[in-house]
Amino acid sequence: MAETISMPKLGFDMAEGLLVRWVRQVGETINKGDVLAEIETDKATVEVESSASGVVLQLIVDQGTVVPVNAPIAIVGKAGEVISDQPAGISKKPADEKPLRAAPTVVPVSQAVVSAESDSVKASPLAKKIARDNKVNLANVQGTGPGGRIVRKDIEAALSSNQSPVTSVQSPSAVIVSHEDEAIAPTRLRQAIARRMTESKTSVPHFYVTHEYKMEAVMTLRKQVNEYLSDSEKLSVNDFIVKAVALALREFPNLNASFAGDKVVRHGAVNVGVAVAVENGLLTVVNKNTDQQPLRQISMDLKNKVAHAREGKVRPEDIEGSTFSVSNMGMYDVENFIAILNPPEAGILAVGSAREVPVVESGVLKVGWRMKATISVDHRVSDGAEAAKFMQALAGFLENPVRMLV
Amino acid sequence: MAKITMREAISQALMEEMDRDPAVFILGEEVGVWGGTYAVTKGFYDKYGAARVKDTPIAENAIIGAAIGAAMQGQRPIAELMTINFAFSAMDYIVNQAPKLHYMFGGQFTLPMVIRAVGGGGRQLGATHSQTPDAVFAHFPGLKVVSPGTPEDAKGLLKSAIRSNDPILFIEHATMYQVRGEVPDGEYTIPIGKSKIQREGKDVTIVTYCKGLELSMKAAEELSKEGVEVEVVDLRTLRPLDMQPVLESFKKTNRAVVVEEGWKSFGVGSEIVSRIYEEAFDYVDAPIIRVAQKEVPLPYNRMLEQAALPQVPDIVAAVKEVLK
Repeated sequence: MAETISMPKLGFDMAEGLLVRWVRQVGETINKGDVLAEIETDKATVEVESSASGVVLQLIVDQGTVVPVNAPIAIVGKAGEVISDQPAGISKKPADEKPLRAAPTVVPVSQAVVSAESDSVKASPLAKKIARDNKVNLANVQGTGPGGRIVRKDIEAALSSNQSPVTSVQSPSAVIVSHEDEAIAPTRLRQAIARRMTESKTSVPHFYVTHEYKMEAVMTLRKQVNEYLSDSEKLSVNDFIVKAVALALREFPNLNASFAGDKVVRHGAVNVGVAVAVENGLLTVVNKNTDQQPLRQISMDLKNKVAHAREGKVRPEDIEGSTFSVSNMGMYDVENFIAILNPPEAGILAVGSAREVPVVESGVLKVGWRMKATISVDHRVSDGAEAAKFMQALAGFLENPVRMLV
Repeated sequence: MAKITMREAISQALMEEMDRDPAVFILGEEVGVWGGTYAVTKGFYDKYGAARVKDTPIAENAIIGAAIGAAMQGQRPIAELMTINFAFSAMDYIVNQAPKLHYMFGGQFTLPMVIRAVGGGGRQLGATHSQTPDAVFAHFPGLKVVSPGTPEDAKGLLKSAIRSNDPILFIEHATMYQVRGEVPDGEYTIPIGKSKIQREGKDVTIVTYCKGLELSMKAAEELSKEGVEVEVVDLRTLRPLDMQPVLESFKKTNRAVVVEEGWKSFGVGSEIVSRIYEEAFDYVDAPIIRVAQKEVPLPYNRMLEQAALPQVPDIVAAVKEVLK
């Protein structure tokens, strides 16, 4: 019996995904768990694994198509199997399935022009070339040739026009507005960041607590530990912070929580998300059950997931399920900064650089390692005093890091 | 510069080359005593005698076969076909022997021969005597196919053809012998296999040759009155085909019309359009249109014949279409 593979739901707010590429073609053998396709969501390009073993019998949607979550995308079955057995839900022609729509509205900027071409936009080869060379989105150009075909003079008119061709919501793509200004169409990721951050900053009441941590002990311990580890395994300062945050959160379950209208959900698991800068935005990769894992395991897990993210190949499980986030800009020589909450999390810790600074201890001026961190908290869930205590608890781990080893 | 007719230009080329090289001789039907069906060799028989201006039987395979044999022996025959339609009687010699002997015999022979053939419609000679099958001959590697559209080119190209060591089919148009044009004074030749811009323009490129050139130049003149500047590229030689001026022009105008007198299907225009798409695809701003003969055996009736042949208004309309 043939099995239908559907567009997976990779996040609580994912409604649709762009099928970027079919990795397997019709007729190829595939095992359960093998990568079948690559899809792009709001957050990243991820690989879709086949949930069945057999032969790829049908690819229901074309590459470049935006597919609603749970809509069928492929059928896997036995070689030669007749697909008329397929479940009723997918026997409909794609044309009947209204949610399917063409791609150019969603592809990243760097590909927008190309896919606009390959789509329904009619343009002469010359017009396409000039558009490509000048990063003009053909979807925004009015064609005056036969049948509305875009020809050279239309592109030239668009280029010489000082008015920016309207970048509609439906077709966010790079458009040259003049020789100086440039309108950059947001990628899906950028759009998601824009939407989520606006929503967070305007609807969640944030408050902030900053604490300065003595980092000598972490620096020393890290040096000692790393002497026993290979280059690929060496621990970063951030690994210690992540672990310390997880342990501190166990003591403050109210900060490992989500506001849910009529209730606050305190999460059973402590899953720490770590913000990773990627091209055109950032992603939060997630280490699950951080409080339960040894530092070395946390470190390896995050390294792998950060690498996936930077390659644009994160898997759904890499980015889902965080209950609290850490955003560390220590590598950029930042003294301190504050972060916007990543809904539905109730807390996020913004970490600055560990720096050698003059410090006064017991009336004596010395040189010490200090690091500032600021927690942002959803005021609907918690209050300043609780956050301040959390920051102190965090100090209890960071300043006595041996506690993280036992 | 003297202004002379196509007939005079061709006649001059033949005479100059016969004077220059005693190996050059002419053979064909009615070329001697009668002076040629189109009077191109008028006076040659008296001047050069029967040994160099040979009247032949009405047997095209014999004419071409004799020319091939003479060429293999080091002579420079110019074989005249009264009409290119008779070439079909000598097809094996023209496409299967002459173009391949040099190759098949490992270079032991060269074939310095010219086949002059009169082609084209418009003289009410009926379906079998009015064809423009140039593309058929241009299909075969080894046979050079030249077809000039001006007296200057006819003279210069024919002289080059006679001096060439390769077999060359030189196609003249039956309705163009009275066409006048300026011809350089004195000795000159024009290289075979070079296309030429016959009129400069910036809006659209017409690619054509022979009769198509005459029509296209008239169309360009009409269009210029409407502000459309047409660039006319004359192929002059179909094989070897020189696409460079065509491509350069097209990259400037981005729009083209190809004009030929032969049928559209599998024709010269098809070849030109394909090459533009292959070599200048990113410069295409509108579909390229072919103007050619209607896909029927050419009618005898004058009105029908003219309707079936490409005309100036067809070219004007095509140019306007590609400029849309």
